[in-house]
Formats: sequence, C-alpha cells, structure tokens
Amino acid sequence: MKTKTNENDPQIAQDVSTLQTVGNVFSDNAKMSMRNVNVFYDDKQAIHDVSLDIGKNEVVAMIGPSGCGKSTFLRCMNRMNDTIDSCRIEGDFRLEKDDIYHPKQDVVALRARVGIVFQKPNPFPKSIYDNVAYGPKVHGLASSKTDLDEIVEVSLRKAGLWAEVKDRLTAPGTGLSGGQQQRLCIARTIAVGPEVILMDEPCSALDPIATAKIEELMAELSQNFTIAIVTHSMQQAARVSQRTAYFHMGKLIEVNDTKRVFTNPEHELTEAYITGRFG
Amino acid sequence: MDKKYLERHISNSFDTEIKTIISQILEMGNIVEQQIQDSVTAIVSTNKALAEKVIEVENDVDMREVRLDEICTEVLACRQPAAFDLRMILSATRIIRDLEHIGDEAQKVAKMALRLEKKGAAPGGYDEIEHMGALVQGMLHSALHAFTQLDVTQALAVAKSDKKVDREFKSAMRTIVTHMIDDPKSIKRAMNILSALRSLERMGNHNRNIAEHIIYLVKGLDVRHSSIKEMESKLGN
Repeated sequence: MKTKTNENDPQIAQDVSTLQTVGNVFSDNAKMSMRNVNVFYDDKQAIHDVSLDIGKNEVVAMIGPSGCGKSTFLRCMNRMNDTIDSCRIEGDFRLEKDDIYHPKQDVVALRARVGIVFQKPNPFPKSIYDNVAYGPKVHGLASSKTDLDEIVEVSLRKAGLWAEVKDRLTAPGTGLSGGQQQRLCIARTIAVGPEVILMDEPCSALDPIATAKIEELMAELSQNFTIAIVTHSMQQAARVSQRTAYFHMGKLIEVNDTKRVFTNPEHELTEAYITGRFG
Repeated sequence: MDKKYLERHISNSFDTEIKTIISQILEMGNIVEQQIQDSVTAIVSTNKALAEKVIEVENDVDMREVRLDEICTEVLACRQPAAFDLRMILSATRIIRDLEHIGDEAQKVAKMALRLEKKGAAPGGYDEIEHMGALVQGMLHSALHAFTQLDVTQALAVAKSDKKVDREFKSAMRTIVTHMIDDPKSIKRAMNILSALRSLERMGNHNRNIAEHIIYLVKGLDVRHSSIKEMESKLGN
C-alpha cells in the first residue's frame, strides 16, 4: 500500500511540512547523523524537520525537484551555509559523535573532514600540482616536499587522473577538460584526507563519458569515504547510491534502498517524481 | 493501485506510448482468446476450416509479439522508466510472451483437430476438452480484464483457477487412459486428445503467469514460483 498525501490527488497537496518521512532514515553504522533539521532563509523555511543518517562508506543520493531543499541540506553538512547571513539552521548535526555546529568547532578543520565537490568544476588558477597540494599545505599534512609529492600522486591516482596528468603537473589546472577539472577538484578534496565527501550535482556540467568516469570513481571512493550526492539525474542516483532520499518542498518524503525507490517506491510523491508525473 | 498511474506524465507522448502498449496487448489477448475458442471448437466438432484458421492466425500473433517487443524496447531505451512505468514495461514484455505461448498451444490443439479429422474420431475426451477450453478461455478473459483495471484481486482469482485446470487435466487423463485400455486400437487417436488436453493445461499455466505479472505490475511483488498460499500471504490477504 502506497503512502498517500491526499486521498484524491497527491499532486495538488501543497502543505507537505507535516508529513512523516517514510522508509528508513537511520543507519546501523552512521558516519553522519542529522536530526530534526530546520533551515530558514529569513522568514522562509527551506527545510522542515528532516532527520537522516549517512552510513559509513555508504553512498546516499538526494533527489527532488528544484527548490526542494536537497542542496541546502547537503551544504549544511559541512557548514557551507554559514556564510549566508539570512540563513538560520536548527537541529543536530553529528559527524560520528562530534557536534559540527558546536560553537568551538573549527569550521576549516570540519571542512577537511567533510569535503565538498560542486556542480561546476572550480580549480584554482594554479598548476595541477598546486591545486592538489594547496589543502595539505594549509592543514600542515606534509612535513617535506617528498611527503607532499606523495599526497599529490596518491590523490590524483584515487581521483583516476594521475595517468592523464603525471607528465604535466606544472600545467594550469584550468587548462584541463571539464571532466578532468572535476576529477582534479575531487583529488583536491581527497588530498586533505576527508572522511565524508559531499557532491552537489558533480556531473551536471559534464558530458556522458566524463560523467561515467566520475560515477566509476565514486564506486571506488566509497570503499574509503562516505559520500552524499545531490543529483538531478535519477539514473545517476540509481547507478551510484545504495540509499536514495527524496526531498519535496523542504521535506524529506522518503529514504529507502535505491533499488526499492526506483522499482517500487513507498510514497506516491516519490513515485510521481521519478516517473515524471509532476505537473 | 489507481488507474491514474496509466497516464499523467509530464510528457504526453509517454502517456501515448503506455496506452499504445496496453491497447495492443488487449488486441493480441483478444485474438489469442478467440484462438483458444476456435481450436477447441475445431477439435470438438471436427471443423477443418476452423483449425486451419487458428493455424493461420498464429502468424499474426507472432508478429504482434515482435512489434510489441520493439515498442517496449524503445520505451526502455528512450524513457528509462522507473517505478510503476518500469514495472509496466517489464510486465508487458512478459505478458506478451505468455500470450504468444498460449497462441502456440492453441495452434497445437488445432493441429490435433486436423489429425483427428483425417484419422477419425477418438473414443472420448471431447467433453473434457470443451470443459477445459472454457476454463482457460475464461481465465484469459479475466486476466486481460485484471490487467486493464490493475485489479490484483481478480489476478489472484485467475492464479487460483489454474489449480482447477490442473485437476480437470488429471481427471481427463484418467478417462482417456481408461478408453485406451478398453480399446487399444484407438490409442493413436486418444493420444491426440491427450496432447490437446496437455496444451490446454499449459495454457492454464500461462494464464497463471499473466496473473503473476499483473500482481508484480500493481504491487511490485514478485510472486513467481509461489504457491497460492504464499501469494496470499505476500499480498496480505
């Protein structure tokens, strides 16, 4: 039996803020736990009472229509919204046991533990080498040039870029193709040894081949990292994630195993979205 | 499940494709239903022309299966359907395969009718064929209705009816064997009747398969290879 929002038509249901999330928001082995999250931009509430666990070494995909709050929620997970004055965040965010919104939490240190990759590749206007080396230098992760060289090579290897750039490490990062630039940004994120990688539509500016490489990379990265990805591509969510979270108008409607979400979703709002029935 | 799932895509052409698949499955199903009836009539009333018609129509059924398969493949490739739509396409490809197999079995019954028309009547079993024929034809009719109405209760009833067909088959087989013992000279002709009965029993199995595909379509539950009890339990009945 599907969970309904409205006896007659789910598509005309406007107020979803009071709905209970269906599926399983919890993980037995949570790396990050978010509880009762509410986010406001001035008076406008963008997220309504969302709770979600991201399991260790799990890939969780967040999907939903534009403006549903999925990117807002993702960006709260490493305090990227701190810089937005109008943004107010309520709720509990834990990275393992650490409260990431604790007043004493060093945000720079947090972002080393919870890295983020954005929609548009944004390499620094520096060499390929310096793009990757920048983070380890800032965080003092390398004690010598040899250490730094090793971090750069390992990070580029993990990002699947080493073979393509090893002979031109001094060339500008901005000279790479879009897909390569995005993998460079992933290498830059990996270089500081994060525990969690957040990805905000990482392939939306890439062609299908570059997209396939990033997706393949995500499967490999998930062996060492925990990944949360926001994507508009439902096929991508289906391919890369173990669990999928569907957001609608600031509410987390459903979280379930990805296979279930794409073959037999529990909530009819999820069904309407993934089958393209929203008007 | 509400029938609104059959439409209301943002893309109207996707709605049209789904509707085309449903209507073509119904057309194919109606032809196969008629094949069952005609093949049974052909054998029971020794009607050569009707038997030949059943065999001729089989080509049309085969072609319809191929065309529907093509449409489903195109939808899979172009729409990348999910959830109900995905289950609809998967169920459609499975249903048309079973319909085609029922058509094949009807053709076999028609061929038995032609043999008996040449060799002379069998010592018995005609009533049983007529009875089983009506049963499997009724099952298919109900299954097609359940498909259009997304009616799980009716689909489950179709699956249950297969047991009745199996019982009828076993009973008919005993009758035919008795005839064979009584009149060994009639064995060859009786074997034709047995073969027709076996085809009807297989049609019942295919009808049950169709019912299972409908349950998967509507509920997302895979009930293949389940007993009726297990099916009911999965459906929460």
